[in-house]
Amino acid sequence: MKFLPLLWAGLWRKRTRTIFTLLSIVVAFVLFGMLQGVNAVFSNALNAAAVDRLNVVSRISFTESLPFSYLEQIESLPGVAAVAYQSWFGTYYQDPKNFVFSFPVDPVRFFPLYPELQLPKDELAALVRTRTGAVVGRELAKKYGWKIGDRVPLHSVIWTQANGSSDWQFDIVGIYDAPNDPNQAISFFFNHSYFDEARSFSKGTVGWYVVKVKDPAQAMQVAAAIDRRFANSPDETKSQSEKEFTQAFIKQQADISFIVSSILGAVFFTLLFLTGNTMMQSVRERVPELAVLKTLGFTDLAVVVLVLCEALVLCLAGALIGLAIAAGIFPALKRVIGEASLPWSILGLGSAVAVLLALVTGLPPAWRTTRLNIVDALADR
Amino acid sequence: MSSVVPAIASLKNIVKRYTRGKQDIEVLHSLNLEIPDGEFLALMGPSGSGKTTLLNLIGGLDRPTEGEVTVAGQRIDRLSGGALAKWRARHVGFVFQFYNLMPMLTAERNIELPLLLTSLSRAERRKNVHAALEIVGLADRATHKPSELSGGQQQRVAIARALVADPTLLVCDEPTGDLDRATADEILGLLRTLNREQHKTVIVVTHDQKAADFATRQLQVDKGSLTDVAAASRP
Repeated sequence: MKFLPLLWAGLWRKRTRTIFTLLSIVVAFVLFGMLQGVNAVFSNALNAAAVDRLNVVSRISFTESLPFSYLEQIESLPGVAAVAYQSWFGTYYQDPKNFVFSFPVDPVRFFPLYPELQLPKDELAALVRTRTGAVVGRELAKKYGWKIGDRVPLHSVIWTQANGSSDWQFDIVGIYDAPNDPNQAISFFFNHSYFDEARSFSKGTVGWYVVKVKDPAQAMQVAAAIDRRFANSPDETKSQSEKEFTQAFIKQQADISFIVSSILGAVFFTLLFLTGNTMMQSVRERVPELAVLKTLGFTDLAVVVLVLCEALVLCLAGALIGLAIAAGIFPALKRVIGEASLPWSILGLGSAVAVLLALVTGLPPAWRTTRLNIVDALADR
Repeated sequence: MSSVVPAIASLKNIVKRYTRGKQDIEVLHSLNLEIPDGEFLALMGPSGSGKTTLLNLIGGLDRPTEGEVTVAGQRIDRLSGGALAKWRARHVGFVFQFYNLMPMLTAERNIELPLLLTSLSRAERRKNVHAALEIVGLADRATHKPSELSGGQQQRVAIARALVADPTLLVCDEPTGDLDRATADEILGLLRTLNREQHKTVIVVTHDQKAADFATRQLQVDKGSLTDVAAASRP
């Protein structure tokens, strides 16, 4: 602590330069916080995937439908505990920017397979008996102010009704929760029977099957058995774990991890040069002052630590301010990626990156001070 | 040199060579010197004569190419870099021509610098800093930065910094070279007071005869040797 004024004096020797360097670090870490945060949200979605569930999709593409007749055949295979099915409905509410994750499902088959989605029994029963009934996630309901009893119109960008309309009417009969991960409480489920009767094409098909296996250790064997069962048929299947399926789905939108790594790599590489140059310049300008410190009895190590601490304070302060700003504005992404808060792990990772940045940028100038010859430096040679 | 007072610094057969480019330059040639404890010594000589090199050797800022340097009972030419730094912190106070204060620190923070290397508490450090400020007559300028002080005041702060850790000797390289006559005399008077009242050994490098006249002994350094010794005994 007693060296703090000296440290502070070194940092504020060129006030404007220090402020601009600090600002560039802040901006870099705001970006770091936001991008890593988004990445973490997607990673959490992958981690939340169950190990005992398989997704069976068309081998051609998961946008291709599969015959409804596969249901019983899959159910009859050894190792299969239960089967459900669903389809991608592709809808928005009122405005195209209000995208809604909506799926027609068989509620009796679907909800038992997803114990993480908690729907009261009476609301499940209401869904089963109400042809146009729908249940929505708590977060989605909050977002649009929906409540049980509301009649909600959704516009499908894929499915038209037999009457030619793309607008579908639903009656909300239940609201489900996902206590472990509020991001899962953003979907809209309704009766597949209503969907199948009303749609104008692809009747008798489903988007994909969800298979619960009896033994998670045998999941890959069951997946292979399903695919073998439908091999050489007009609708070959591709069965994969829920995690692989989610990963493939996310990658279809974008390879988030790659994009995040690329952007951050470029940003930090630039920052490395910027901060490194600032530190070098700062040390170069202070050669006589550092020589005086050595004259007074500061050892090489003490001067090295002093210079490194300057870099550390600059980088850590910039990182913490940047991450705090990111944490503050991260909830604004809620509309895009669902329930969002900057994970603590990202704050920890950011701090570690800041320390690494300080070491990489601070070590070369700090090391240079060890080669500083007091006599030459004082004589300004 | 026939003093009965024990020597605080003893230099034997000192040779100092520098390499500048491809050239080896011998700055000091087989130089011998003894400085009694409590002396006020002036090292005089023209530019390039080797007087600053000699001062740097005594102050432990540089090492001889050959010979022995013993200061305050320690063979400092044999010490490692780290040990030498610690030795300097304990035994030597430095005063430079251009003050060499930290521009961002206040006078009291500048003076406190050598004490940061000690185990003194904050309160003890403050007490010592203010005592040093009192000695140099700048108690009312404690919170001023160097840019807010005159040249003479800055040099007083530098002297306070040199004094604050109670060193064995004060090493001053052209301490009045950047000051007007009146201020220079004030600074030299202060150094003489420290020598007389605080019994500090003071070694001053100067090429100003008037400055040298404040010392109790004057030595002439010329072409790397002590060629002319002029005793200037003073009461």
